[in-house]
Amino acid sequence: MKFSENWLREWVNPEVTTDELVAQVTLAGLEVDEVEAAAGEFTGVVVGEIVATEPHPNADKLQVCTVSDGTEQFQVVCGAPNARPGIKIPFAKIGAVLGADFKIKKAKLRQVESFGMLCSASELQISEENDGILELSVDAPVGVDIREYLNLNDSIIDVDLTPNRADCLSIAGLAREVGVINKVDVVPVAITEQTVSIDDTFPIRVEASEGCPRYLGRVIKGVNVAASTPLWMVEKLRRSGVRSIDPIVDITNYVMLELGQPMHAFDLNNLSGSIVVRMAEEGEKLLLLDGQEVALRADTMVIADEQKALAMAGIMGGEHSGVNAGTQTIFLESAFFAPLALAGKARSYGLHTDSSHRFERGVDATLASKAMERATQLILEITGGEVGPINEVAAQAFLPTANKVTLRRKKLDQYLAMSLDKDLVTDILSRLGLDVTDVTDEQWVTVAPSHRFDIEIEADLIEEVARIFGYDNLPSSMPTAAVNFTAATESKTPIQSLRATLVSQGYQEAVTYSFIDPVASKQFFPHIDPVPLENPISGDMGVMRPSLLPGLVKVYLHNQNRQQSRVRIFETGSRFVGDVNKLDELDQTHQVAGLIAGSRYPEGWYHNSEKVDFFDLKSHVEALFALNHGAKPEFERADEVYLHPGRSAYVLVNGERVGVIGELHPLLSKQLGTNQAVYVFEINLDAVLGAKLPEYQRVSKFPEVRRDLALLVKRETPVQALEKVIAEHAGEAFKKVTVFDVYQGQGIDESEKSVALGLTWQHPSHTLSDEEVNSAVDSVTAALAEKLGAVIRG
Amino acid sequence: MENLNQILADALTAVAASDNEASLDEIRVQYLGKKGALTALLKQLGNVAPEDRPKFGQMVNEAKEQVQAKMNERKTALAAAALNAKLANETIDVTLSGKGQEIGGLHPVTRTMERIETFFRGIGFDVASGPEIEDDYHNFEALNIPAHHPARAMQDTFYFNPNTVLRTHTSPVQVRTMENNQPPIRIICPGRVYRSDSDQTHTPMFHQVEGLLIDENISFADLKGILQQFLNVFFEDDLKVRFRPSYFPFTEPSIEVDIMRTNSKGEESWLEVLGCGMVHPKVLEMSGIDSEKYTGFAFGMGVERFAMLRYKVDDLRMFFENDLRFLTQFK
Repeated sequence: MKFSENWLREWVNPEVTTDELVAQVTLAGLEVDEVEAAAGEFTGVVVGEIVATEPHPNADKLQVCTVSDGTEQFQVVCGAPNARPGIKIPFAKIGAVLGADFKIKKAKLRQVESFGMLCSASELQISEENDGILELSVDAPVGVDIREYLNLNDSIIDVDLTPNRADCLSIAGLAREVGVINKVDVVPVAITEQTVSIDDTFPIRVEASEGCPRYLGRVIKGVNVAASTPLWMVEKLRRSGVRSIDPIVDITNYVMLELGQPMHAFDLNNLSGSIVVRMAEEGEKLLLLDGQEVALRADTMVIADEQKALAMAGIMGGEHSGVNAGTQTIFLESAFFAPLALAGKARSYGLHTDSSHRFERGVDATLASKAMERATQLILEITGGEVGPINEVAAQAFLPTANKVTLRRKKLDQYLAMSLDKDLVTDILSRLGLDVTDVTDEQWVTVAPSHRFDIEIEADLIEEVARIFGYDNLPSSMPTAAVNFTAATESKTPIQSLRATLVSQGYQEAVTYSFIDPVASKQFFPHIDPVPLENPISGDMGVMRPSLLPGLVKVYLHNQNRQQSRVRIFETGSRFVGDVNKLDELDQTHQVAGLIAGSRYPEGWYHNSEKVDFFDLKSHVEALFALNHGAKPEFERADEVYLHPGRSAYVLVNGERVGVIGELHPLLSKQLGTNQAVYVFEINLDAVLGAKLPEYQRVSKFPEVRRDLALLVKRETPVQALEKVIAEHAGEAFKKVTVFDVYQGQGIDESEKSVALGLTWQHPSHTLSDEEVNSAVDSVTAALAEKLGAVIRG
Repeated sequence: MENLNQILADALTAVAASDNEASLDEIRVQYLGKKGALTALLKQLGNVAPEDRPKFGQMVNEAKEQVQAKMNERKTALAAAALNAKLANETIDVTLSGKGQEIGGLHPVTRTMERIETFFRGIGFDVASGPEIEDDYHNFEALNIPAHHPARAMQDTFYFNPNTVLRTHTSPVQVRTMENNQPPIRIICPGRVYRSDSDQTHTPMFHQVEGLLIDENISFADLKGILQQFLNVFFEDDLKVRFRPSYFPFTEPSIEVDIMRTNSKGEESWLEVLGCGMVHPKVLEMSGIDSEKYTGFAFGMGVERFAMLRYKVDDLRMFFENDLRFLTQFK
């Protein structure tokens, strides 16, 4: 909320500077966002009067004006079309300084001398408007300094109020708060009951009593809508960020800003039968003040007459029922709408108004009649008119009641870790307007004032006391608590180790958005329906990622297009697969994914520029699994649309698929525009982090024996299958098998490949004899021949 | 005798002149071998007068030892010279770069998050996590934010359906922890959060670390103490910190924490870095914790903001562009 400091100081005027005031309210919980001057820096500008004008002899668009400053007359050349005799304007005399260093000097414009300048609002930095010179009120005192006349030595303070402090959404509320902080009395504006001069009333029927527990209406006849809003009011409105419209609307806005009560004025001639406060008919049409027509929902409260909806209650008036240039009689509304009835409603229609903002957060339920009298008083002053009696409809059952809250000494001391003096606490609560009805050494019994409907429970009172005492004045300490060790399990590898392993392999961590382009999702996973957002930020962030890979590939492309040809990136995070309407079953598992492309090593002096391949990536994946002492991963050919069918694999742990690894499908690569082969992996994080406790096995002191085998097998026979058969048939002393060569090509049948394997045995308790090893080799070769058709070479 | 001296002199000259092991070996054969010149002298011992024999024998042996010693010396010197020459030949340019992989690096957000985690783990907090697609109850209702509460407008929410959202904060993890555990509770909840807001200073996804401490007798003073210390440790500085009243539906009192920053011109200004407060009694009760017996505090911070301050990053959006030229600066 923006407000004028001078306006506030009319209500409460502590002896503090603007900076101090700003710091005070900020530290009291009313955070000041910005402070700006009410006008630009300028001097030497006075109220002037144009006495006469005549056309400029040498320029069509200029006029030569005679301007009076009350004592002398000056010749001023002016280009503003609205310059005309009789108006009062800001007159910058010779010697005036506008802005930082724009000094007004005697000048010649097209051979005519000019002694000063007539100013627009924007030249004085009062507003952005720049349509001609600023026309002051006809009764503006000629010769008076314009800063003084317009009260321009003022600051506009923008305070960012939290939703609980709706009581401060007015000058009155802010003044109360400033008064409490400074222990200074607040002088409220004098509001008196206005004398009723006519009997005219208009019937009110409230059907939606729960949403509208109080509704006040008053008829005022013979208002002069053509009267102009006084400059002091226009200026106060402007400094509150509100534009002047017409005197009636200005007055209702003014009262809202001053007291916090939103109001609305109807043209009585446009009302039919009576005012009805009711819920809207589903689909009922209403043309709003801002020109848009809305189809109302049945959960929306409206102000209607006997025929149709006139306004969205507490949110916005209608175009046809409002005050217009021909209005003579108004029906003035001042009501209390319950916050719950309005909560979220404006937003649901894409609206947000000063009125809805206040009613949603809460307006003092006792304020309506006071505001009605204040508005009436201002209307009489400005537009004139005859005043009818106030007609009030109230439903006591639905009106808020005063909250009685007890603050216990024990709780206060415990929360604050100190014991505040009893009288000090009583004083703070009383100054805040609470009725402290009972004080003992154990407790304070209080009743919250009607404007502090946010005070409901003991913790609220603790906050109020702490806030006014000052958070910075409260003690600070480290909590003492029993030392308890956090579980340090070894059954899970810390994710930090996983990250460190990838980093040491040259990977750079990326963080990509969890929502991706549905098009990308379909490109990678045509069979998965990704989880769609109802209100995405944009179409290309429309669905939750079913995998981290589309995001990583996008990162790759971003960097490829910025001359980064060697890329190694990884990411950890959730993927989302399933039906979002069955939240419990939705798969939100954590994944780790990586991507490599480009040369195997950074460009350097010592090597060729060989590119990475599948097996580079595989070694990285194996390294991650090696961290955990757990099950060794197995690999089987994968069948995924986005992967190269011959160069991709599923990663399995204990027979269960936990991830994929492979080259991006060349077709997809081409579509996406990669300029080299890209290799990716993605694995379930739990599977890769699940660890087994290492268990010591005695190291044999007997020698190892190694035998090499060269086998001919079908090309499609995976080496992993050979290894499995060997492990099963090589006997108890078998230790490991190493593949040291794979060859296919010249000298070998096209359907076959040669695999050279080194097998190692070592017995824990004796030196192996040749016979034992030969027998193991025999059983291995027999099994390989039988199960996989392997033929021993040479 | 003259003969001996002559032979010795010749032998030593030859040793000194030798420049390789092979020629040294020849010299050994020539003088010390079975048929060598010095060995031959010993064979002539019979021709020496008996009284001179011991002396002569001794002189020859001394000569042999002298030659042997010189030869050893020469051998060692030659070996050393050969090695030096070999090593000199193997000289490399030690200023060339090392071989192998370049190390990668963590994302600055992760780096920052780990730093925050380290502090809180060190004072006994556990790290908890939870789902990012959440139900309305855990993201809002259980945190005292009923439907249409104005605070919901403060957090522009991504919806899947009226009851399912992308979590707007990591607080639902706190709720789930409270639902399943009784105090004492000390957790931090780091993770991704989402708000439908995108401009210079907002990204639709960002990271938070929230914390929760619930026990008997936890006070406002504990909150101030821990957070002040955390900020000093995180920024490695003795910061000026202020605690300012604010509002969150799930805490009462609610607090925002500002730190004093000095810009390049030496001007000081307060900058908000943390939101926190004493856990609202309703929030405790809703999750089954006795609010008469226990009190607690909660806090939350934006990881990107801490990363920006710590590493002087001036554009939030850089964090999610994943440009390697940016990322590699945080190795």
